[in-house]
Amino acid sequence: MQVTRRQFFRICAAGVGSSSLAALGFAPGEALAGVRAFKLARASETRSTCPYCSVSCGLLVYSLGDKAKNAKSEIIHIEGDPDHPVNRGTLCPKGAGLLDLVHSENRLKYPEVRAPSSKEWKRISWDEAFDRIAKHMKADRDKNFITTNDQGVTVNRWNTTGLLASSAASNETGYLTVKVARGLGIVALDTQARI
Amino acid sequence: MALQSLDIKARSATTTPTPQARGAIPVAKLIDISKCIGCKACQVACMQWNDLRDEVGDNVGVYDNPADLTAQSWTVMRFSEVEVEQGRLEWLIRKDGCMHCADPGCLKACPAPGAIVQYANGIVDFHEEHCIGCGYCVTGCPFDIPRISKKDSKAYKCTLCSDRVAVGLEPACVKTCPTGAIVFGSKEDMIHHAEGRIADLKERGYANAGLYDPAGVGGTHVMYVLQHADQPQLYADLPKDPHISPLVALWKGVTKPLMSLGIGVAVLAGFFHYVTAGPKEVEEENETD
Repeated sequence: MQVTRRQFFRICAAGVGSSSLAALGFAPGEALAGVRAFKLARASETRSTCPYCSVSCGLLVYSLGDKAKNAKSEIIHIEGDPDHPVNRGTLCPKGAGLLDLVHSENRLKYPEVRAPSSKEWKRISWDEAFDRIAKHMKADRDKNFITTNDQGVTVNRWNTTGLLASSAASNETGYLTVKVARGLGIVALDTQARI
Repeated sequence: MALQSLDIKARSATTTPTPQARGAIPVAKLIDISKCIGCKACQVACMQWNDLRDEVGDNVGVYDNPADLTAQSWTVMRFSEVEVEQGRLEWLIRKDGCMHCADPGCLKACPAPGAIVQYANGIVDFHEEHCIGCGYCVTGCPFDIPRISKKDSKAYKCTLCSDRVAVGLEPACVKTCPTGAIVFGSKEDMIHHAEGRIADLKERGYANAGLYDPAGVGGTHVMYVLQHADQPQLYADLPKDPHISPLVALWKGVTKPLMSLGIGVAVLAGFFHYVTAGPKEVEEENETD
């Protein structure tokens, strides 16, 4: 296309003029806007309990996907459970930040063992872990179990091992914990809520 | 209107009138400072819901953490140790964040069409995809709330969880508050709730307890119950009578239409000059240069 000098100036002036007019509001935009899409619309909702303290607040854990066969779930949001009688939807700052606990790089995901005099933590299977715990418990109990006290009264105490139970356990779990620990003679039994 | 999940009351730099026929119940968040224990669960819940993670900062010697609002921290607790009466130390903890003014200075100042939107329920929301990062909203805000992100140079602030409110939920900070210091509902109900709290505080010796719903910005959709409503500046310099800066009002109220008019007149004058006087004649030798 041939454009003379004068035509070029005219095109420039028309372009600047019309775009300035549009910018000044003579070509108004539509007055509409939408909020950010609600991110939990079809996420899976799972009830759970906060792992931190003994208050044991109810949680709603939201995960990506509808649990279809080919969808890999991933926790995307956690908030308080409004139907839970303990917290009725509220959460303290630790509970409110649980999503970052779930995704923390430092989170313990499997049993690990640090052997005596070793600096390294080594991953072991759950079976190995249970066997190891049972062996250590048995060895310690066989060595230190006290059947009678100075007066000859039967006491059946195992004073050298303590048990730290979950603070978020239900009544039934708590009952079983006490039954197992006391049955073995453990005296030092507490929950992690008191740490 | 597929885009529209909430009716709009106002939209920045837009002259088209918004739909007005449908009514919406104005919502409000009420922050009862006398009930706040400063646990910062609201800060955490806000970050979690809005997918924000601020940098871990340094201790600046006070409990404020982070020390100020940022593009990643849309709400912060501001701790003030004040002696209102001699010998009676009070620890006043104010949850700072967007007040969602009925007459929003940020929206008035914003030159980018659709970057700031006020919904019919009172929420003032930033739409960062339209934001040009000029920072006029920061100047326009009487409460110094918006912050420009270093990542994308766009303005961010509390949305009152407009995405949650649009589907009928309360904002994340309100839901999590363990002491019930933050409550959410219709503005009418929140004022009623505040009246009960103020009567209680007055009974307990706070003669000047009152509601902070400043008229200078047309009232706000985030309100405070203050123990000392006569001295809001005690609460980390909460303005006593906030109003939009006169410069913003002058620039957007008087100057802008005058300028538009001036340009319109210039265009018209040019047109009539062309019609009456005709185009400028050019000598043949100049044309061929």
